[in-house]
Amino acid sequence: MYEFRMPSLGADMESGTLVEWLKKPGDAISRGDIVAVVETEKGAVEIEIFMSGTLDQWLVQEGQTVPVGMPLALIATEKEEKAPSISAPAPRPASEKAEAPPPVPAAVQAQPLPVTQAPPPVALAAEARIKASPAARAYAREHGIDLAAITPGTPGGAILRADAERGAALQTQAPATPTPASARRSKHGFDFDKMRHAIAAAMARSKREIPHYYLSTQINLRHATAWLTETNANRQPERRLLMNVLLLKAVAQAVKAYPRFNGFYLNDAFTQAQGIHLGPAISIRGGGLVAPAMHDCDQKSLDEIMTSLRDLVARVRAGSIRSSEMSDPTITVTALGERGVDAVFGVIYPPQVAIVGFGAPHLAPVAHADGGLAVEPVILASLAADHRVTDGHLGARFLSQIAALLQEPEKL
Amino acid sequence: MTRDEILARVFAELESVAPGCAPENADPDAALLDELDIDSMDFLNFIIALHKSLNIDIPESDYPELATLNGAVVYLLQKANG
Repeated sequence: MYEFRMPSLGADMESGTLVEWLKKPGDAISRGDIVAVVETEKGAVEIEIFMSGTLDQWLVQEGQTVPVGMPLALIATEKEEKAPSISAPAPRPASEKAEAPPPVPAAVQAQPLPVTQAPPPVALAAEARIKASPAARAYAREHGIDLAAITPGTPGGAILRADAERGAALQTQAPATPTPASARRSKHGFDFDKMRHAIAAAMARSKREIPHYYLSTQINLRHATAWLTETNANRQPERRLLMNVLLLKAVAQAVKAYPRFNGFYLNDAFTQAQGIHLGPAISIRGGGLVAPAMHDCDQKSLDEIMTSLRDLVARVRAGSIRSSEMSDPTITVTALGERGVDAVFGVIYPPQVAIVGFGAPHLAPVAHADGGLAVEPVILASLAADHRVTDGHLGARFLSQIAALLQEPEKL
Repeated sequence: MTRDEILARVFAELESVAPGCAPENADPDAALLDELDIDSMDFLNFIIALHKSLNIDIPESDYPELATLNGAVVYLLQKANG
């Protein structure tokens, strides 16, 4: 049996609230399926699973907030499924059989659970796993009881069925208070205060721990602009590209040549990432931002990057980002120039080790090597990088590589 | 199409590409992107939506004419009735 756990969706995440189960016990599960929606400080995230099998049982109910690493559900793997006993509920001791309730049909379990249970006490959040007997779990599941709110009969021991029954009596005596808004939120809702808190925590950690160095360079966009204008002139609006797409591709290709900017600094060591998963910073109306992963950016064509960017922007703003997109970015790219500023010097999102920033493309006087002066489209690119991994020397070469790649847009 | 019909369509498409941007409260002569706090992706989606719903061609070279709400209405009115 495989334990499907609350994933860590970023260095700053400590817990998450399970807002919606998208698979119910008995459902077949394939690798890559979205199994649940979890509310984090950065908004709602669709949680994917990376194995196949059958969902055996939920260990956490909708509305519960649990720490990272806590099992959310049990999954019977494909091998186990073939064994005859596995599809049945968890085995119970023979003596309990007489009083055991009949297995709850999957359809009943799929009903939304009553929202009367109080949120689990905060103290329990420290306990990574709730120890409970299968019978106690079955009883709690059937009666809609929150196991997290039940005290085992033996201190430090597992919750047994008797404990669950006692807890049920207590929980039903408590008045059915409406669940606080924070405990159950709409799938598409953002809690801006929470998001601000998450950004503050990550950025404070970044500024505290990461010795940033900063570089900037002006990149000539004459060729890139001309290429883009010509390309888009022959295209219907839905197939047109944005300058940001060229910038992203140039960064991805430069990262390929300079992999020391692509990865994670954890436990006093840098680990180079295998794939190039750029995290384009996407702002959310009303405040806050998310920089979800655009997977394998170096292998995508410009059209594919455009499609992926459009999809990510739409989903970030609709609040339906997937778990792998939250945890996978290997380097962030921010194009704040969209809002008119000349330049942006980013704060690295830990445990990443670099962030590339682009200001607004604008017209500027450009002096040419032959002494001539021309007005041309340019953009200010910046790099903030982690001194524990690289020095300014390598950073300068990385930034220059981005500039060089943008001089030949047709090759991107 | 009348000016009011065009304006209603513009408002509806803006609200759909950037929910909550409240175009009816915007200064119709101010730069659209700044005034509504929308980005180039939102603007492109706005152009795509207009292209589909009004069935008119909006080449990229005409984007500057759609830089303000009033500019967009004048441009679209001319295109839709031309």
